[in-house]
Amino acid sequence: MTAAGEAAGDNLVELLRTEGRKVIATLARLTGDIGLAEESLQDAIERALIIWPKQGVPDRPAAWLTTTARNKALDRIRRESGRPDRERQSAWIRTTPTPSVEELHDLLTESVIGDDQLRLMFTVCHPALSREARVALALKTVGGLSTTEIARALLIPEPTVAQRVVRAKRKICDAHIAFRVPPDHELPARLQTVLETVYSIFTAGHHPAEGALDGRLDLALEGQRIAGELARLMPDEPECVGLWALTLATHARSHARVDADGGAVLLADQERERWDHASIRKADSLLRSVLSSRRPGPFQVQAAIACVHGLARTFAETDWTEVAALYALLFELQPTHVVRVNWSVAVMEASGAEAGLLILNRIDRAESPQVERWHLYWVTKAELEHRTGQIAAGLASLEQALACDMNDADRALLERRREERAQSRGAPLPSDG
Amino acid sequence: MPRYTALIYEIPAFANPESAEFQAIMGEYMAFGDAASAAGVMKGGEALMPVPTATTVTVPGGKGGEPLTADGPFAETKEVLTGFYLLDCADLDEALKWAAQIPAAWTGGKVEVRPVIDFSHP
Repeated sequence: MTAAGEAAGDNLVELLRTEGRKVIATLARLTGDIGLAEESLQDAIERALIIWPKQGVPDRPAAWLTTTARNKALDRIRRESGRPDRERQSAWIRTTPTPSVEELHDLLTESVIGDDQLRLMFTVCHPALSREARVALALKTVGGLSTTEIARALLIPEPTVAQRVVRAKRKICDAHIAFRVPPDHELPARLQTVLETVYSIFTAGHHPAEGALDGRLDLALEGQRIAGELARLMPDEPECVGLWALTLATHARSHARVDADGGAVLLADQERERWDHASIRKADSLLRSVLSSRRPGPFQVQAAIACVHGLARTFAETDWTEVAALYALLFELQPTHVVRVNWSVAVMEASGAEAGLLILNRIDRAESPQVERWHLYWVTKAELEHRTGQIAAGLASLEQALACDMNDADRALLERRREERAQSRGAPLPSDG
Repeated sequence: MPRYTALIYEIPAFANPESAEFQAIMGEYMAFGDAASAAGVMKGGEALMPVPTATTVTVPGGKGGEPLTADGPFAETKEVLTGFYLLDCADLDEALKWAAQIPAAWTGGKVEVRPVIDFSHP
């Protein structure tokens, strides 16, 4: 193939991926089975790869793919009607009239496609599925990622991903999890599960549990894309917009927090010209647009914090009083140890280390032993102790931090800090030798 | 006359429905069903879908509170199975809504919801 031919091929693959992502939800609704929808979409894509290069891309590729995939689904059901899981689907064939291609073209409006995508999101993020299953299934269906790509992104073996996805799809079918957006009175709780699933996809990419700090940014971008999609589909839900803003403002600083050797760069030391200021401004204006709804939520507040940092021209110009006030609000909405630790840092910057330590020390380690294994708790404690002159206690906390699990960049940074602190603690007195 | 519920516990097997072994055991179940029915003892019974289809619901906040839903069967050892209802619902959401209203769900216990196998398909 010529270079130009290869480029056209790549474009075609990308186009099919984008259009496929659009129609998978509609196919899932039409067939009532996510697995069958995926299989028949794959058949349709294979057909498109043969026909489109010869006849050109059709005017409405999404409708073409849907029609073709729908027919492929019918073929599959007829061919495999002996399979027990095809039984319910064969009832679908008998009861559903086959629309013509033209009819389907007219039916497939943007709003129909949008409604289907929303249905799919709520279905794959149903609380009756485990968190791990929701993340894998959302990446597979809403993100359009392959099992191999998901395994690489989540750092789990491919057979594990495949098993999780298959089990989740089977449960949706067998337990009759309805393919729909929940009614208003159930929406707040169900939306929370969707938002958390999307955020854990973003976080797994933005701050990987192990390996290089910027090794999974493609996954973070996928999380951001899904968050954007969700905000577009539910513009009246301030938390959807808040999550999108949060991913934008956070990802905007991704590149500047890693140095040339892959080491972590602290917020104070980042080259702010390397931030994506357009994304930060976009996040800020998104947040302003939902402020008037007066329905604050954890994602909006976290996004607001990210925006205060993002809009400060230098570290010294950061409005720490504002950040500390936002963390106080966040703690009211979400009283977790993670929020308290970050709040204590903001208070330290705004009002001094003594005040910060007061906030942090309200965590009772006897009551919450899990913080013992969390490096950021110990790092923060070490810093607050160091700044209040408790040098030995600070060093001991730093040792505790290094005993926890963390990614390579964080570890390198902490080891460097321990060395500096140990040295500045003073060269041993001559009499020691 | 007292009524009893017989709850069947066994090691889950993924036997091929076409195998002779499976056919034989199904025959045994049929025979038991016929015998118990003929004796007027059998009031009803169902085979459950496999464990991965189970969902457990509990309402920590008490009656009318926000139900907590989790994937999988109920596996604590302190509580024991004390009964079951057969619920006819359109989908899992409806079944969970009803399950959350069963007193056990909102008085500290848990209710496991598992679809019943439908043998009536053509």
